Amino acid sequence: MTPATVFFALLLYAAALLGAAGLVWRIRDYARTPAPLKIPTTPAPTTTGGVVLRMLREVTLFESLFRANLWIWLFGWMFHVALALVLARHLRYFTQPVWFWVEWIQPFGMYGGLAMVAGLAALWARRFLVERIRYISTPSDHLMLALLLGIGISGLSMKFLAHTDIIAVKEFALGLILFDWQPLPVHPGLFVHLFLVAVLIAIFPYSKLLHAPGVFFSPGRNQSDNPREQRHLAPWAAALDKAKV
Amino acid sequence: MAATVTAPPLKPYPVIPILEVGAMGKTKTFPANAPMQQALGFPGELVEDWHDKAIFKLGELLGKYRSLKVYLDACVHCGACTDKCHYFLGTGDPKNMPVARQDLLRKVYRRHFTWSGKWFPKLVGAEDLTKEVLDDWYSYFNQCSECRRCSVFCPYGIDTAEITMAAREIMDSIGLGAKYTNEIIGKVHKVGNNLGLPGPALADTLSSIEEDLKEETGLDIRLPVDEKGAEVLLVTPSADFFAEPHVYSLMGYAKVFHAAGISWTLSTHASEAGNFGLFIGNYGQMQKIATRVREGILDLGAKRLVVGECGHAWRVAYNFWNTLIGPFDFLDPNYPVPQHICELTYDLIQRGAISFDKSANDRYVVTFHDSCNVARASRMGGMPGGQFEIPRAIVRAVANKFVEMNPETIREKTFCCGGGGGLLTDDLLDLRVKGALPRMEALQAVVESDGVNFMATICAICKAQFSKVLPYYKFNMSMVGGVHQLVGNAIRLGPK
Repeated sequence: MTPATVFFALLLYAAALLGAAGLVWRIRDYARTPAPLKIPTTPAPTTTGGVVLRMLREVTLFESLFRANLWIWLFGWMFHVALALVLARHLRYFTQPVWFWVEWIQPFGMYGGLAMVAGLAALWARRFLVERIRYISTPSDHLMLALLLGIGISGLSMKFLAHTDIIAVKEFALGLILFDWQPLPVHPGLFVHLFLVAVLIAIFPYSKLLHAPGVFFSPGRNQSDNPREQRHLAPWAAALDKAKV
Repeated sequence: MAATVTAPPLKPYPVIPILEVGAMGKTKTFPANAPMQQALGFPGELVEDWHDKAIFKLGELLGKYRSLKVYLDACVHCGACTDKCHYFLGTGDPKNMPVARQDLLRKVYRRHFTWSGKWFPKLVGAEDLTKEVLDDWYSYFNQCSECRRCSVFCPYGIDTAEITMAAREIMDSIGLGAKYTNEIIGKVHKVGNNLGLPGPALADTLSSIEEDLKEETGLDIRLPVDEKGAEVLLVTPSADFFAEPHVYSLMGYAKVFHAAGISWTLSTHASEAGNFGLFIGNYGQMQKIATRVREGILDLGAKRLVVGECGHAWRVAYNFWNTLIGPFDFLDPNYPVPQHICELTYDLIQRGAISFDKSANDRYVVTFHDSCNVARASRMGGMPGGQFEIPRAIVRAVANKFVEMNPETIREKTFCCGGGGGLLTDDLLDLRVKGALPRMEALQAVVESDGVNFMATICAICKAQFSKVLPYYKFNMSMVGGVHQLVGNAIRLGPK
């Protein structure tokens, strides 16, 4: 076992633990915090089925963003879809035998990597070029883009510049899952890539990446518009209600 | 404090302004004095340990409102909202961009309630709640009309109104309330309505309006008050009793009830549809104000509850009344509770129960201004979007000439009038005039292209705000009026 293997194995375990625990904590917190009043942004669906559709459009098509600003939508959507494709492509490192659809998307996933980097670069450019966006940007907004770009570029470099031994990488990945560690190939691009990915996973629930679970808990989007038909009463409001009578 | 009031020039098409940092930082609404604060159970002046109290209150609100918690976490600073607020478009002050307004609270939240803000404040834009930050809160959270336009465009539905309400709630709890909202809430508790109009004065006013109606129509069209056993209790903004053009809509409601033969009454106890408890984000205040409506209808024994033309009142009535003062199982289940006066009129039109002489409105080319709280925080009728269709259908049924404004400025994308959310006060007139800019530009376009000379709306605040602000943009102040003003002009009365 090389020191790099031990380092990265422990790093990735720690990151996964930190990320998963934080995410569970945040989601539980959101789920347990009451929403005392009906506040959907209207016009809103009147049924739960309608709400599911609205949410689906929101998280797959970025409907609201599309209506807000075409440029942000274009770059943002491109980045997210490309990221999804890239993540799906990476499933080949974690499945044995590789699922057929994962195999099928391999060539597209590669373009996904390029589109992801292009989208991120454009999103970052906005933070410098558009006065309003420059005003609201914090250092962490920049760093987050740098982190994601670093992951994308280091990943692409292994495809287009200096290949690594991906069979060994896969054995390392499967080994992590099965707690049967296999040696990680020594490769600077791979080291950078894995390190940044670990950072991303670890900070996910402690950063603005919380927008991903957050959107599902947004009362403006996840409430149905039926306040006259159904009395909505959160626990603490119900307690006031009882005290009143 | 009484700064000069200047209207920006109207441009032929909307332009996103260049940032003018600090342009509105000195604009502060008058603070509530000690008696006004104490009447609502808030400290009379800024308490000594305001910092700790404020942080404690923020923590309490985070535990009570999922909206606040999720909205403070979820923002990615994407910028989609940055050009959506009428106050930003009118002032150019970057802290009037929705995200920047939210960040005034978010940076304190990060500092005290997130791990990253505790350890790396600079990195994530976390800041302590200093006196300067509190000053900014008072300035800029009293420059948001809680109109929710930004929330329509936010990819996560983050609603700045929720953040503003939380901030005002925190400020109230440490003794830093706004005079306009808190004085009015005190009046409702004491007298029953925002205008502070006592029962006998209200009865007097109504009988003089009855005389006016008699003069106009030759008919005994009644404005009953406190009549037990009437079928409908109408709760309407108290501005309808006194202010122009509001009172013309009140006359319109009376004519509709008269023509349809529906017995109805107003209530001196529940003589206010408006609920400024919403504006200061205070659940208890909102419930206390709404409770008068429940008491009023129980006392009078009416079977239906109808709400007059008012934006935020309709939001509270439609979305919150069932929660705050429900259930309404003692009312007639054949009608929605509460029902908007436009729903009632539309229903009567559909059934052929009332008819119109549309030519009575031929002197008008009408456009319709969607009021923010009706458009983005409520509904009418059975279908989503009924809040847009029903008032328009009424306008079309009573007037021949109707024109829409720029589609980017109507329906759920409508611009706030500039006076909502508890900002309808003369000490904020400069802000109100500037905030009206996007609506004025859209209006200007249809005035030029179609000769529009009447902007109908269904909100007491919109009516008051536009009456005041229109002249600053060289329009006639009587261009604005209610939908039921037009209904009142055209409705056929008398024996059928």
